[in-house]
Amino acid sequence: MAKRRIRLFFPTDLITEPVVYMMGKRFEVVTNIRGGEISGDSGWLYLELAGEDDEIDRAIAWAIETGVRVDPVEGDIIAG
Amino acid sequence: MSYAKGLVCRECGEMYDLIPLHVCELCFGPLEVAYDYDAIRANISREEIERGPQTVWRYKKLLPVGDQPLVDIQTGCTPLLKADNLGRKLGLRNLYIKNDTVNPTFSFKDRPVTVAATMARSFGFDTIACASTGNLAASVAAHGAKAEMRCVVFIPSDLETSKVTNIAVYGPTLVAIRGNYDDVNRLCAEIADRYGWAFVNINLRPYYAEGSKTLAYEVAEQLGWRAPDTVIVPTASGALFTKISRGFEELSDVGLISPAKPRMGLAQAAGCAPIVSAHEANSMTIRPVKPSTIAKSLAIGNPADGYYCLKVIKETNGLAGSVTDPEIVEGMRLLAQTEGIFGETAGGVSVGVLKKMAEAGLLDPDETIVCYVTGNGLKTPEAVASALPEPMNISANIGEFDTAFAVRQQAEPILA
Repeated sequence: MAKRRIRLFFPTDLITEPVVYMMGKRFEVVTNIRGGEISGDSGWLYLELAGEDDEIDRAIAWAIETGVRVDPVEGDIIAG
Repeated sequence: MSYAKGLVCRECGEMYDLIPLHVCELCFGPLEVAYDYDAIRANISREEIERGPQTVWRYKKLLPVGDQPLVDIQTGCTPLLKADNLGRKLGLRNLYIKNDTVNPTFSFKDRPVTVAATMARSFGFDTIACASTGNLAASVAAHGAKAEMRCVVFIPSDLETSKVTNIAVYGPTLVAIRGNYDDVNRLCAEIADRYGWAFVNINLRPYYAEGSKTLAYEVAEQLGWRAPDTVIVPTASGALFTKISRGFEELSDVGLISPAKPRMGLAQAAGCAPIVSAHEANSMTIRPVKPSTIAKSLAIGNPADGYYCLKVIKETNGLAGSVTDPEIVEGMRLLAQTEGIFGETAGGVSVGVLKKMAEAGLLDPDETIVCYVTGNGLKTPEAVASALPEPMNISANIGEFDTAFAVRQQAEPILA
């Protein structure tokens, strides 16, 4: 079983949506929230996903489709 | 011996041994190196540093490196130039340019990479790696060659040929990845997780970032062991900005300079300014952006240290500003034509933001200001080429020269 650490960024219109719950429901992944912050108009979460690689890929692709930004916990890795 | 005592989580304070780890296992917060400052204070002196090598390694006691062999390509001790001509144009009497364009691979990245490569080898890695669009890639490849380590560099598949050459010459394994920026970014994170390599700005990030502190140490030493009043730093991920601030604090903590907290000025390109935007909105949340700027070396839309930059700006009563692409080009020309320094686009960002701040009256004409220029203009000549006048084109005939010169003199006086 693989594990992946990601950072979700929620734009204003998605702060109230149960995205993490739906991710665990729709895909065979274990979601584990490890940190985060929600302010008035945006929010972010550190999330650990455990599952098969392909299933994690599908869960991430679905989250992106819903409008959530998904990044590695490290942020942008490709440096100048 | 090393005075580094471990890694500490910047969020929850959890401590770890000095191992290749960059994210806290508990809260996923970023890790940084913790030092025994009492021991450093008791064992460091200006005189000892001044007797040291003409490289960043003269500050070894403030870096996370012990007695292991260094991976050293003679980085650092770059000039701090009193910029009287540029200062006169901007109404600043004590302006300095930290000219970091003259490092071995022509950018400041040699500073963090020499530390990361040294640590990589002492941890026993056989492969050093990074994902980059230019400066970092060249530096990692050069240090990999010097360390005789295998080197793997990931680049976007559409990277310009000239940049690929600047990396390929050092002999790394180059992997060009197709896909949009976010996909490439996620893939690199996955590869870093899966392969047991020393990814300098991922699993070695806590050590890598420490090298940038030397840009503060050198400036303080070159100013006669004092901190400047204000600095302007071109900013991408934010690591350089926060580490320069930390560097000045450390010098004060260990008694090498009088207590000082320089005002930290953050400079970004308008086409990729998530930190400036958050600062202007008085928010501590960075909203990731899609970069669109000629300053490719600063094109990080989701800066890992953005939040910490905002904290530094608040704590130092600092400044933040951005400039458009035409203003970046203007900044490059201004620096070259007043001080004789050809900086890359990131240098144009520093100088452009400096100019804006001066014109807005945000800088005291008599304060000591240091503007950091972190990469060489020969890396990005195309950015400025079209903004420069064409040469006079004549045959080998004195009459033709007389005529052409007179015409040019009228249009744009060359001689006073």
